[in-house]
Amino acid sequence: MTKKNVWVKGLAMPVMTVMLLVGRSSTVRASDQPAAAAAEVKIDNFSFGPQTLTIAVGTTVTWTNRDDIPHTIVSTDGVFKSKVRDTDEKFSYTFTKAGTYTYYCSVHPKMTGKIVVQ
Amino acid sequence: MADKKQGLIDQKLQDLNNDGIDRRGFLKCMAWAGTGLVWTMRGGIPMSQAFAKETGHHAGKGGDFSFVQISDSHMGFNKPANPDVSATLQAAVDKINGLAKKPEFLLHTGDISHLSRTEQFDNVDQILKSASAKELFFVPGEHDVLDDNGKAYLERYAKNAKGSGWYSFDKNGVHFIGLVNVLNLKAGGLGSLGGQQLEWLEDDVKHLKHSTPIVVFAHIPLWTVYPEWGWGTQDSAQALGYLKKFGSVTVLNGHIHQIMQKVEGNVTFHTAMSTAFPQPQPGKADSPGPMKVPAGQLRSVLGITDVNSIRAPHSLAVVDSTLA
Repeated sequence: MTKKNVWVKGLAMPVMTVMLLVGRSSTVRASDQPAAAAAEVKIDNFSFGPQTLTIAVGTTVTWTNRDDIPHTIVSTDGVFKSKVRDTDEKFSYTFTKAGTYTYYCSVHPKMTGKIVVQ
Repeated sequence: MADKKQGLIDQKLQDLNNDGIDRRGFLKCMAWAGTGLVWTMRGGIPMSQAFAKETGHHAGKGGDFSFVQISDSHMGFNKPANPDVSATLQAAVDKINGLAKKPEFLLHTGDISHLSRTEQFDNVDQILKSASAKELFFVPGEHDVLDDNGKAYLERYAKNAKGSGWYSFDKNGVHFIGLVNVLNLKAGGLGSLGGQQLEWLEDDVKHLKHSTPIVVFAHIPLWTVYPEWGWGTQDSAQALGYLKKFGSVTVLNGHIHQIMQKVEGNVTFHTAMSTAFPQPQPGKADSPGPMKVPAGQLRSVLGITDVNSIRAPHSLAVVDSTLA
């Protein structure tokens, strides 16, 4: 009984190692493609920072609301529109086409920002 | 301390009121004001009073009738500025119920909820049920119309209203107008009434006698308090234009979580305190976010307010003689 347990443990180790190797090699393969780029916009004190963000096509931008008050992220041209985001909630959008995207907070429209996609 | 406070009031009045109106007629009422205002219609002139016991004996005295304005309950807000907004709303209701003269109705000038959620509206409704004033009137704040463009708000609070929730009614010879200025806000802009509502307003007041006292209530101030923080309404001038002919117009707003007043001709503008948390004075902080104070001081910060009923002697005297 005791012997069997040891054997099982011994088997588990190599299995895990193989899994790690597989995981690693798939990561390497993925990096051969252009990596999915990410960028962040923070909402602090009723403003988007940075107010203008320049990114490459394909970049996913994630907004995080760090205020005590809810905000939204709404494209002025109807390209994207978040649900209301309370404290620490996030909204992401992937920009697949070059261009300039202006947006604002529909709750506090004085808050405006711009994403330039090149 | 009192001198300092008086100085601030004088400064504020000077800032807001450098329009040549005689200041001798001002009624200055400094008090621990609780979390709402009582308005007493005295010969058509609305006079604000603080809630607190110290001034409670004034409330309602000699008036034809009184009503209460509360604002910005932000039910659902639970951050350090006030982790228990239910308790402070209940405190406001208790103050209302303790008034010497029972108010005929209650106006809530918006931001009933923090996130427009059903349970938040439910909670407010439950607390307001215990108010002595059984008739309630609402206008939405921007926090009440999130995500659904005001659909849930309309169904609950403004079933018989026009458009996105505007309406009017008459009480004791006073014409009350509830306006909505928190929807369809444009990037970079302020509060907005919109063409359809303005058209309705023009028509709504067209047939009223000039001597009819008018009370307008809406969430975002209908005068430009501080555009940098969005504290104003883009097309309010047009709305006020339709009200120029009236001898007494009082505009009641919320949104900025502090009392401010301004007199412009026959129009008196007031903003109410919040029942939830205070906001900084215009430009006195990085943003208009909630102002945090030590827990023990919260109610005093909500409550300490300089209430000034401002009367322009000549114009309002005319109204006084044509009513009642």
